[in-house]
Amino acid sequence: MSEQVEKPRVGVFICHCGSNIAGVVDVKAVAEYAKTLPDVAFATTNLYTCAEDGLANIRNAIKEHKLNRVVVSACTPRTHAPLFQSVCEEAGLNKYLFTFVNIREHCSWVHMKEKEKATEKAKDLVRMGVAKARLLTPQTEPRISVEKSALVIGGGVAGMTAALSLAKMGFPVHLVEKEKELGGFVRNLNNLYVTTKDALETIKPLIQEVTSHPKIKVYLNSKVSDVFGYVGNYDIKIKTGDQETKLKVGAIIVATGAIEYTKDGLYGYNVYKNVVTLTEFEIMCKNKTLPKLKSVVFIQCCGSRGQDKSYCSRICCNVAIKNAINIADNYDNMLGIAQQLGKVIPEVPAETKSPTPEISERRRRRRGRGEEAEAVEEEKLGPSDKIEITIFNRDIMSYGIDHELWFNKAREKRIRFIRYTPERRPEVIMKGDQLYVKYFHETLKVEREMPADLVILSTPLVAPPGQEQLAKMLKVPVGQDGFFLEAHVKLRPVDFATDGIYVCGTAKGPADITEAIEQAEAAASRAAIPLSRGYVQAEAIMAQVDQEVCTGCGTCIEVCPYGAIVKNENGLAEVIAAACKGCGCCGASCPNSAIIMTNYSDEQLLAEATAALKEAI
Amino acid sequence: MTDEFNPKIVGFLCNWCSYAGADLCGVSRYQYPPSLRVVRVMCSTRISPKMIIRVLREGADGVLIGGCHLGDCHYISGNYFTEKRFDIAAKLISLTGLETDRIRLEWVSASEGEKFSKVVTEFTEKIRQLGPTPVKTNAEIALRLEAAELAAESFRLTAITSKEYPLNVKGNVYGEKLDAEKLRKLAHLTAEEEFERAMILTLAKRNRMSVKELASKMKVPSDRVLEHIVTLRQQNLIAMDPVEGFTPTYHTLSLGGE
Repeated sequence: MSEQVEKPRVGVFICHCGSNIAGVVDVKAVAEYAKTLPDVAFATTNLYTCAEDGLANIRNAIKEHKLNRVVVSACTPRTHAPLFQSVCEEAGLNKYLFTFVNIREHCSWVHMKEKEKATEKAKDLVRMGVAKARLLTPQTEPRISVEKSALVIGGGVAGMTAALSLAKMGFPVHLVEKEKELGGFVRNLNNLYVTTKDALETIKPLIQEVTSHPKIKVYLNSKVSDVFGYVGNYDIKIKTGDQETKLKVGAIIVATGAIEYTKDGLYGYNVYKNVVTLTEFEIMCKNKTLPKLKSVVFIQCCGSRGQDKSYCSRICCNVAIKNAINIADNYDNMLGIAQQLGKVIPEVPAETKSPTPEISERRRRRRGRGEEAEAVEEEKLGPSDKIEITIFNRDIMSYGIDHELWFNKAREKRIRFIRYTPERRPEVIMKGDQLYVKYFHETLKVEREMPADLVILSTPLVAPPGQEQLAKMLKVPVGQDGFFLEAHVKLRPVDFATDGIYVCGTAKGPADITEAIEQAEAAASRAAIPLSRGYVQAEAIMAQVDQEVCTGCGTCIEVCPYGAIVKNENGLAEVIAAACKGCGCCGASCPNSAIIMTNYSDEQLLAEATAALKEAI
Repeated sequence: MTDEFNPKIVGFLCNWCSYAGADLCGVSRYQYPPSLRVVRVMCSTRISPKMIIRVLREGADGVLIGGCHLGDCHYISGNYFTEKRFDIAAKLISLTGLETDRIRLEWVSASEGEKFSKVVTEFTEKIRQLGPTPVKTNAEIALRLEAAELAAESFRLTAITSKEYPLNVKGNVYGEKLDAEKLRKLAHLTAEEEFERAMILTLAKRNRMSVKELASKMKVPSDRVLEHIVTLRQQNLIAMDPVEGFTPTYHTLSLGGE
């Protein structure tokens, strides 16, 4: 606290940013102006403050002019603050005595034609920065010890991969799965695209490795019922039936996955028995209960891309192509086994209706056009003669290296791709006991009808029910579509804004297995950072309660999104430094103004804001 | 050119969405008038009604609050509180006679650079239409704003404003979720009452005043003024002077009391 008494000596560094700033703002004039501001001991301009000579300039000036506050007036703190803060630290100045003023994104780049006014604005902004800098106080970042174990929620491919990865690094892992077996969504699938191997067989080695690993404890039929604490120190309760297990872990990985979207009435789903979703179809294939079919129709983007959900589910194009090829290739096999086991689904039109007169008619017409050669070709191709496969799509996104080849393969197998637009979506109708797909042919510009024995809907992956509850428990955000929201859409894809909690797999949006595994490995390595270091350094932007002023009314405890405030033995509010993220909700909510936000106190914010309105501070 | 009114708008932008949106706006070179002075905060929830009013009192022509879209808050629920706080700030400002259009709340995401420039351009235009802030020239508005700031700081109003959202979403101690509209009405009623009390304190701070004088200055029935005075005396915020003649007068005790 003694440093507070020390008179501020502010150094102001104005950046040209080449011509990015200096091309509009008269930076020399701004620097001259800065020198006139109270407590400014030094002001200068740099061509590039973030270049090595600019940084050296700051270091030297701190020593030479005994600066105890630094204001850099340049680009945005969102990218460059850490750099300048570390330079301050190198020169022996606490990094919380640094202020950033944005005169590029917020000034020179948005007022390119008003140079004079931009210069005036830059002066105002510098004055505001100096006003705030004068009131800054040094802060020490609290160091928090970390419990060296982790919790993984969800025993699907992503969860298992993350758990295994951490276990191999030597950390004890608790893996919680709500079902009675590990495997997650993949258990429903027939095969994984671009491979033909059985899906469950593919992940069996992973399941075995997880269950047999000495560092991994698997909790089946279990749910996380309570989470309390903060990075490094989470108290977890796991419920298995009536039993409750209490744990202490340092990090949490969320891999709760997704489920398939269904809606009654969507293209006749749950209205007509032979309208199924992609996954239901895979279950039928897997159980060898596929009935005898003559015409199969896939409809892509059912309920996604603006219909019910805004996003593209990404995986369905590839999955539909995979299934279409499966039908073409293994038709006889599937059918054979189905008949053998007597598992033909009765409600789906089976042999009785085949060959339907419509299909025979279509074939007859095709041959009638003199496409004899093609017919011979068809003999060779086999299945396509027995079954017609059509994929209605808005556009096929078979992104990736092997996937486009599969798309081509599908076309070679005479799987038809028919395009539709969101304005004229296909319709599924029943005529007598035959299902038809009514569609508008975009090339021919005519309405057509196609008989279908089975309609398969490619519905998107959606967040499972109860996601909100888990999110509340973990104090992490979910986005508008219900999926978990990462800390930064580009730069921090597997972190949550809450330290110590990470996300991977379809819990944060549709992904295929390759991507889920990549994310799981990433989440595990992110979680390993605090776990292996054994401590975390919390940011010192946080709430502090003035114990003299607090009356213990509890408003702050109620509003804190992180549960970071508790009542102490005196009945007054106390902040758990590690859990506080510094949002300031409690600061603005305290009826007694007893809460001070470090670096963003009322006094500092008002000094900064009102400096904008005055010529002098 | 020199006569042209160039408004000064103070903007409180949240670090994660609006500030980033303003950054993107700059990166994309969308232009807007040089009227805005940005103060970066971690979350828009940080901005209390008191701060908004204070900045207006200091002479800002407008105040802009920028946060993440509802449901996208980096701090889970911060901007739901912002909404309530802003609503109360607007309510208090409406009581002062200052135009409520001088404050604006906008949700701008990190990807909405163009929207940010539109918001600032439109808001600046609006303020230009309203003209320069009257706080330096109109003593009545200045006085009422002073009272509004005092009201914004009051325990009761701060507590109600802060609890509106949790009472609606999480419910009270009995687990009853209260209706958002009813809570809002309650908060507005509280704002009106606290504003009247703050007006009494602000007026009686300058001069000793009788109930009648207060009532006529505040344009409030005298029985309401008396009711407030009873409450304020219980809170030890106002004291009665020794009665000379027939009419008792009151004066404000230095805030905080004993």
